[in-house]
Amino acid sequence: MHELSLCENILQMIEQQAKDQQFTRVLTVFLEIGQLSGVEPEAISFCFDAVMAGSVAAHAKLVIVPQVGLAWCAKCYHHFEIQHRYDECPICGSYEFQIKKGEHLRISELEVI
Amino acid sequence: MCGICGCGESQLTAHTHAHTHTHEHEHVEHSATVRRIKVEQDIFAKNNQYAQLNREYFRQHGIFALNFVSSPGSGKTSLLTATITQLPADCAISVIEGDQQTTLDAEKIRATGVRALQINTGKGCHLDAHSIAHALQDQIPEPNSLVLIENVGNLVCPAAFDLGEAYKVVVLSVTEGEDKPLKYPDMFHAAELMILNKIDLLPYLDFDVEKCIDYARRINPRIKVLQLSVKTGQGMTEWLQWLTISQRLSSIA
Repeated sequence: MHELSLCENILQMIEQQAKDQQFTRVLTVFLEIGQLSGVEPEAISFCFDAVMAGSVAAHAKLVIVPQVGLAWCAKCYHHFEIQHRYDECPICGSYEFQIKKGEHLRISELEVI
Repeated sequence: MCGICGCGESQLTAHTHAHTHTHEHEHVEHSATVRRIKVEQDIFAKNNQYAQLNREYFRQHGIFALNFVSSPGSGKTSLLTATITQLPADCAISVIEGDQQTTLDAEKIRATGVRALQINTGKGCHLDAHSIAHALQDQIPEPNSLVLIENVGNLVCPAAFDLGEAYKVVVLSVTEGEDKPLKYPDMFHAAELMILNKIDLLPYLDFDVEKCIDYARRINPRIKVLQLSVKTGQGMTEWLQWLTISQRLSSIA
């Protein structure tokens, strides 16, 4: 359940942004969660309200933007969409691939006043 | 205040009301100007920054650090005590232990004569790079030494947190089932070496070693695998060789 500490990191980033960008309230947090980030969207949503309570982001709405995983096969050089780390290349069946996209967890935007 | 970062750790603010949010969160004053700001910041960035500082510290002092990860009960602590006892006496070692509660593991390590610092993560399910930075201040490792970090027993969360180590070593005991690499792929993807522990028990189990290695290599084709039993000592020589050679190689890089 590292989502709790990730929510605490999210709050720290928002508080830093509040200082830098001079806002007092966050209405919406747009959070990109990669398919292969190891982060469970439901667990993030579960912790989010509790962690944001009493902060500039209290009562903020959390909008989760899922990001698909993308891999590049080192055997047949094709790109393919990947759901799980144990997937094989759908074209040649190899497990020798590099993950190119979908491992990140990122605040993309904030809606603030 | 924290000398590394000036931190005051953020605390989870307790909810005082019963936990049902049935009301809509739309109480925006209409006069206020709503604006959208681009942030594009990675949530792991902060941990990764601390990890990078730890890595740089290790590099400058010639320290070789390993991060041991596994589910609870795989035999990490026994592996560490056996490793410490069997390494040459002139090999400088210190240990950082991560557990939610108790100092039991650090005490077991100290019984071998090696310095050990216990981090209790409380609610936390993993060690992070920031807690390691503090540990390195509280228990300063000798130059050119070995720092062994035993993470919280958990095959999920520690995978996502770089501590600045040279390698993650995942320990899997054969009593756990050969499908663990597929069930917890992030951990096996992040590890350099998989140690299959308790192999003395194989005659009594249905554990399929080949299948397990095949699963691990589907997740991470470059993962190295060692089979050992801390109890009988089988495979310990190879493990100590891997450790010694990897430490030497890291001093060249």
